[in-house]
Amino acid sequence: MKTSILATGLSCLALAAHAETPVLTVYAGEYFTSEWGPGPAIESGFEAICDCDLEFSTGDLLPRLLLEGERTQADVMIGLSTDVLARARDSGLFAPHGQDLAALTVPVDWPDDTFLPFNWGHTAFVYDTTRMATPPASLEAMRHLPDGITVVIQDPRTSISGLAMVLWVKAVYGDQAGAFWADLAPHVLTVTKGWSESYGLFTSGEADMVLSYTTSPAYHMMAEDDQTKQAALFPEGHYFMAETVGKIAGTDQPELADRFMAWVLTPEFQKVVPAANWSLPSALPVADWPEGWAALPLPEKVLFLTEDEAESLRVEAVEEWRAALSQ
Amino acid sequence: MARSAVSVIGAGVAAAVAALVLLPLVAVLWRAGVWPALATGDAQALWFTLWQAAVSAGLSCLLAVPVARALARRQFFGRGALITLMGAPFLLPTIVAVMGLIAVFGRSGWVNQGLAAVGLPTLTVYGAQGVILAHVFLNLPLAVRMILQGWQAIPAERFRLAESLGFAPAQVTRHLERPMLRAVLPGACAVIFVICLTSFAIALTLGGGPGATTVELAIYQAVRFDFNLGRAAMLAGVQFLLCALVATLIWRVVATPGFGAGLGRAPVLRVQGALPLAIDVLAIAAAALFLLGPLCAIALRGAPGLGELPPAVWAAAGRSVAVALISTLLTLVASLALALSVAEAQRGAAVMDGVALLPLATSGLVLGTGLFLLVQPWVLPSRLALGVTVAVNVALSLPFVYRLLLPEARVLRADYGRLSESLHLQGLAWLRLIALPRLARPLGFGAGLAAALSMGDLGVIALFASDQSATLPLVVQGLMASYRLDTAAGAALLLVGISFGLFWAFDFWGRRHAAV
Amino acid sequence: MLRFDKMVLAQDAFRLTADWEVPAGARVAVIGPSGAGKSTLLAAIAGFFAPQSGRVLWQGKDLAPASPGARPVTILFQDQNLFPHLTVAQNLGLGLRPDLRLSAAQCAQVTAVLDRVGLAGMGTRKPAQLSGGQIGRAALARALLRARPVLLLDEPFAALGPALKAEMLALVEEVATETGALVLMVTHDPADARAFAEWTVLVTEGMAHPPAPTEPLFADPPPALQAYLG
Repeated sequence: MKTSILATGLSCLALAAHAETPVLTVYAGEYFTSEWGPGPAIESGFEAICDCDLEFSTGDLLPRLLLEGERTQADVMIGLSTDVLARARDSGLFAPHGQDLAALTVPVDWPDDTFLPFNWGHTAFVYDTTRMATPPASLEAMRHLPDGITVVIQDPRTSISGLAMVLWVKAVYGDQAGAFWADLAPHVLTVTKGWSESYGLFTSGEADMVLSYTTSPAYHMMAEDDQTKQAALFPEGHYFMAETVGKIAGTDQPELADRFMAWVLTPEFQKVVPAANWSLPSALPVADWPEGWAALPLPEKVLFLTEDEAESLRVEAVEEWRAALSQ
Repeated sequence: MARSAVSVIGAGVAAAVAALVLLPLVAVLWRAGVWPALATGDAQALWFTLWQAAVSAGLSCLLAVPVARALARRQFFGRGALITLMGAPFLLPTIVAVMGLIAVFGRSGWVNQGLAAVGLPTLTVYGAQGVILAHVFLNLPLAVRMILQGWQAIPAERFRLAESLGFAPAQVTRHLERPMLRAVLPGACAVIFVICLTSFAIALTLGGGPGATTVELAIYQAVRFDFNLGRAAMLAGVQFLLCALVATLIWRVVATPGFGAGLGRAPVLRVQGALPLAIDVLAIAAAALFLLGPLCAIALRGAPGLGELPPAVWAAAGRSVAVALISTLLTLVASLALALSVAEAQRGAAVMDGVALLPLATSGLVLGTGLFLLVQPWVLPSRLALGVTVAVNVALSLPFVYRLLLPEARVLRADYGRLSESLHLQGLAWLRLIALPRLARPLGFGAGLAAALSMGDLGVIALFASDQSATLPLVVQGLMASYRLDTAAGAALLLVGISFGLFWAFDFWGRRHAAV
Repeated sequence: MLRFDKMVLAQDAFRLTADWEVPAGARVAVIGPSGAGKSTLLAAIAGFFAPQSGRVLWQGKDLAPASPGARPVTILFQDQNLFPHLTVAQNLGLGLRPDLRLSAAQCAQVTAVLDRVGLAGMGTRKPAQLSGGQIGRAALARALLRARPVLLLDEPFAALGPALKAEMLALVEEVATETGALVLMVTHDPADARAFAEWTVLVTEGMAHPPAPTEPLFADPPPALQAYLG
């Protein structure tokens, strides 16, 4: 009895304290805040300087925001990837970020005044050195894989990495993209809904290669001390992907949101990115990257379609992919 | 008085279920405002959906016949346990089932390792055959139970009569078994067809490519990726009509199939001869291998990770169990009210019966999106994450539990309806003294089914999710998305263990308290 | 007094009319060929079958609005008179309080009645552990507890042998005398009717005939009865 009164009292106190602290609501992707994701470190890091309460609300990003429209509770949205920015921008729900972009270290030109990249990487085919001694040396070589070599990829209609993949091929092959897919099709073991299903199939030995990121080997090297997973690097270039942060125009915490946007570009935030998100920091010189990351092999050439290019090619690229793989 | 009270509650439940299923669809349509035409590939998706569902359902039922017959006419040590265990795949969350199937039938799975070891060509599980394999794996248990129920429903006297008339096995088949199968098989087939029609995670991983696109996958794409609500609603409408058509057929043409509560009874049918024995042994052994192999693979794969599950997994497991228990309670109340009302067979029984099958026809994704649109003007959706999960679980388990209860409720009505009435036994007293004890067995089995199905929820709540409400399946996916595949396998094993444990506990409770 | 006022029972091709009355406390046998509507006549009194037209009245009051449990009637069916999952004592207790929340006095009443019908000490048994005769006794014991002024017997002892049946009829007689009940008993056996009932209702060819004194009726059977007796 006594303890329950005490507990009630404490929770009242907690509520009172809660009510006085401003809350910044950040919409994030489904697994962002799990203890294996970057969420917890970002939350404690920002709360240490903001005198506020950062609350993540995880789940679908763009669909949720579009369904909510002006009524959204979000102040900031983190995790929108580059290839869906056109649709996010068209919603008119985002405000300019107002940040100085000089600190950015991404390998592409980034003139965007609304969305800030907080990480980046490239699409790549990852292989296991114990099963594949000589990986294909180029994207062109992927068209002529030896018999029996299998690849597992993601569906561009349901996954961001899959979409990046068809844009990558489109950027390299243009009108010939369909032919590329037709050549690769016999080697595609299966197509999965999302990245994690593909990667699970690859690591359990089902496929020789998996569509993933150039940063995937970093996880195995650093978390598992396993050097056998490598990304095949191609001279045609690799498609650039970044995840971004955007400020919601209708936020009731505009100042806090601005501080968060500014904080994203600070070294404190950026140093969290690699090991928690298994991707590269967007505003941190290579020299400052956490130990081991500078040694990660990265492609020399980076491919990137502007938002408008990507949006205009998207339907066509996906349809070419679908048609070739439906045969 | 008692009668009308039951009918009123039943009608209320039916109205609530219909609203829960139909309002979200209307909300999505309303919001979309347009009714788009079918896009490229939709016809192909529709065709593949129908084709794979038909083949999966047909094959599940066909293969189930020899297995059910063998189980119906053989008595052996562990028969009851085997029947229970072989029901497990139906309770598996698809995400886990796919893991198990790949471990056995995948490119580097047990089967192909064995084939390669003896120099035989390997098989591929990816492609349409993989989708069908997975659907048969998940639904064969259901088919076996339904058909076994049919076998056991043939009165022992009839078999004795056949024996005394000197029937040969062929004549037993012709006069007793074939009429039963004719009555039971179409219903079993139709239910499995509908289940396969709305499945999508299976087709997605094992389908091999966009050629294996199902309608539900197209809905997923429209909702989550293209944000094309009109298209999602249109596709959901098409899928809904297909399922409704089949559900109507079940009601109009087909005898109500039981789902097989309490099949531990000793067999009455005796068959002599070495050939039938060989066939039966083969059928049982093959089914056990096929159904239990992937379960073993899941256990083996997950066991190492089980020891080091992080606290978040246990917290999610606790949430999942709470959600499952609440869902189970509500499912039981709703199903019981519906079954009792329909058994009263007054006006509206056909409508209520149809409503009870509605949820089978819905797209979980459109349901989730519609609910989001409906609640969002009033409440913060993330506050409702678990509530919505419960509501969706109840809707999706209801058709099964209702179908389990209905035949028993009819028997209760036929056997003891008048006696209860003449004794003025009604309302809660009737429920406590008569209905619950007499229906304990199907209630226990149904509760187990509802609990297990509720553990495996996924996808519907992605819009509502907040990290305070992540359930175990979501955490399994989260672990996979963070490269933690060993931990994910451990968590998946935990998920399977809890699902099956809940099922077993409820089923045991039901059998324990079954009135005799 | 139980009165049928131009009552017509109808379902599909079946039709049965009755327009007569019988005094309270009487013993009435209901006899007639199978399918003639004997059970349906009882069901109409018990409230399981609503007349198409006409009324059933008890002591001048129309029974139509009363639910089966609220009628002044106890009915014993051919079988399933006891709930198999409840003990004998519980089955009896239902006659006193359908929710089984019995007072100490009511429990004592149940024990006394069990004793009375020769089932002493069997209160904790389940019906499956009783013989056919004992089940009949238990059902009658409950009728005794309910003490309703009308007792309807829809051949509850049909499956019993002659000696056991005679014993049961004697018990029915006792119960009816004690509760002062009007008894309507469906039977196939003229001997039952003669042994037990002062009145007999012949149900045949769509009609429940008015009660006639049993002895004269069987001594000089009208053509319809003759056809039945063969």
